[in-house]
Amino acid sequence: MVGRVGYHPPYGAGDHEIAGGGSVCGRGDCSDLVWACVPMNIKGVLTEAERGGAIVRPEGAKDRRDIAATRLVMDNSFAIPATWAQDRPRLPAPHQVAIELWQTTVMKKITSKRSLVFHAWVTLSATLLGFAIGTGLGILLAVGVVHSRVMDMSVMPWAIVSQTIPIIALAPMIIVVLYSIGVQGIIPKAVISAYLSFFPVVVGMVKGLRSPDMMQLDLLRTYHASKAQGFWKLRLPASMPYLFTSLKIGIAASLVGAIVGELPTGAVAGLGARLLAGSYYGQTVQIWSALFAAAILAACLVGLLGVIERATLRRMGMA
Amino acid sequence: MNSPVVEATNLDLTFQTNDGPVQALKDVNLTIDKGDFVSFIGPSGCGKTTFLRVLAALEHPTGGSVTVNGVSPDEARRKRAYGYVFQAAGLYPWRTIARNIKLPLEIMGFSKAEQEGRVKNVLQLVDLEGFGGKYPWQLSGGMQQRASIARALAFDADILLMDEPFGALDEIVRDHLNEQLLALWARTGKTIAFVTHSIPEAVYLSTKIVVMSPRPGRISDVIDSPLPKERPLDIRDTPEFLEVAHRVREGLRAGHAYD
Repeated sequence: MVGRVGYHPPYGAGDHEIAGGGSVCGRGDCSDLVWACVPMNIKGVLTEAERGGAIVRPEGAKDRRDIAATRLVMDNSFAIPATWAQDRPRLPAPHQVAIELWQTTVMKKITSKRSLVFHAWVTLSATLLGFAIGTGLGILLAVGVVHSRVMDMSVMPWAIVSQTIPIIALAPMIIVVLYSIGVQGIIPKAVISAYLSFFPVVVGMVKGLRSPDMMQLDLLRTYHASKAQGFWKLRLPASMPYLFTSLKIGIAASLVGAIVGELPTGAVAGLGARLLAGSYYGQTVQIWSALFAAAILAACLVGLLGVIERATLRRMGMA
Repeated sequence: MNSPVVEATNLDLTFQTNDGPVQALKDVNLTIDKGDFVSFIGPSGCGKTTFLRVLAALEHPTGGSVTVNGVSPDEARRKRAYGYVFQAAGLYPWRTIARNIKLPLEIMGFSKAEQEGRVKNVLQLVDLEGFGGKYPWQLSGGMQQRASIARALAFDADILLMDEPFGALDEIVRDHLNEQLLALWARTGKTIAFVTHSIPEAVYLSTKIVVMSPRPGRISDVIDSPLPKERPLDIRDTPEFLEVAHRVREGLRAGHAYD
């Protein structure tokens, strides 16, 4: 693995080696990641070792700056184990992230400011509130689109436009505007969350509410059924499989929204705040463990929706 | 002796399509009496389904007049005068068979107790007792179609409009269902309008066979069947049956010679 990095011409600047190391990581499995740490972290390790009195080739951080990381690794192989045990590595080794995750979840009281469970809960509460608002709004809009020609023509283009605006640009404005009218805390984050999650619900529900074919609609006409009866007895139940698909996309988007909502405020709590604090202080292990915590949380939420979906569809006799 | 259930006079229907107007029905005159079993037969595009949809007020004629039970089809629909059976069973997959049959009853506001009683009755009529708790996917295609007939019978409409209800089923199942349909008709005394493109099916079932021809859709022959009301399946080998079938075939051929 290390040898492969060496195929890259030694451009010199350290950033190029990051790209080389990245391609090794991209292969995916964990042992690749472990090896990727070596060239990524070697310069920092050698600087520290030199300070501690070790003999490093070549001497002097300034001279080492323009030398390819792989060259340094080959010349100073004694330093390899240290690349997996730095306090602030450029790229932490998987076990460092795993240990950090363990220590900040299981080993910390959940009321502690350093507990990832505490931070995850702060983000999760905004996520769930935003998801509920977004889902409700999405369903209402979809019902309007299906039943009103005016809404059919007008809502969809705006919904699509709303999703083309980068949320990272919009989030600070939402927070500032809401703050100026005295709204802060969980609400602004939930609004950003809802903004991201209503869209898949609208698209899915419009499709779902329109899924009954002409024959089924004609059948209701022969019964002289009202529009409301058609909605409750045919369109809504028929849309359920579509709804759950949308909800799974929506909840993941909600979580992203809540995290992004924590970034521009300098929030002190939440997974987004952990990411931000980690990047301020060069705590890469903290950044990576917050990223994994977010990924695990999203997986749990989507998995939970999957369970609810199966239970609901089974009760309806459709699964 | 019988009052007419359906009376169509000089009925015209033209669809406005992107390629210009298409005349689906032209100058259709037909009377259906109470208790008749009328089959509509003809090649595709002859307007047989369209005529049935006009009776159900799902399409509206552009000329002439039509009455159902002496009133306009729209009014007849409001009075829930007919049950409609489509080519596909169209049962809701999220409802059991019993709850599918309850669908029209819920919409029409029958009481819970009344619903239960009626479901039990019609399940018996179509020979599906004990299947009320099953979901549609647990039933064969023929059973699903019987359930959809039960659904159309549940609210006790006098007229049953059936649009190729057995078209998607294999011949053995179809024979069996035809026999059952005749028995059901004999027991309930309903007026049935039945669209098909199978000559033996039309001849076997009907008291009156309406032969239609396409472009524009019109009636080319109306045959009053001389067959007795009691019809075992092997009546299809008798000379009388073959004679009627022959006349239907002649009618269809005459219609085709037109274009």
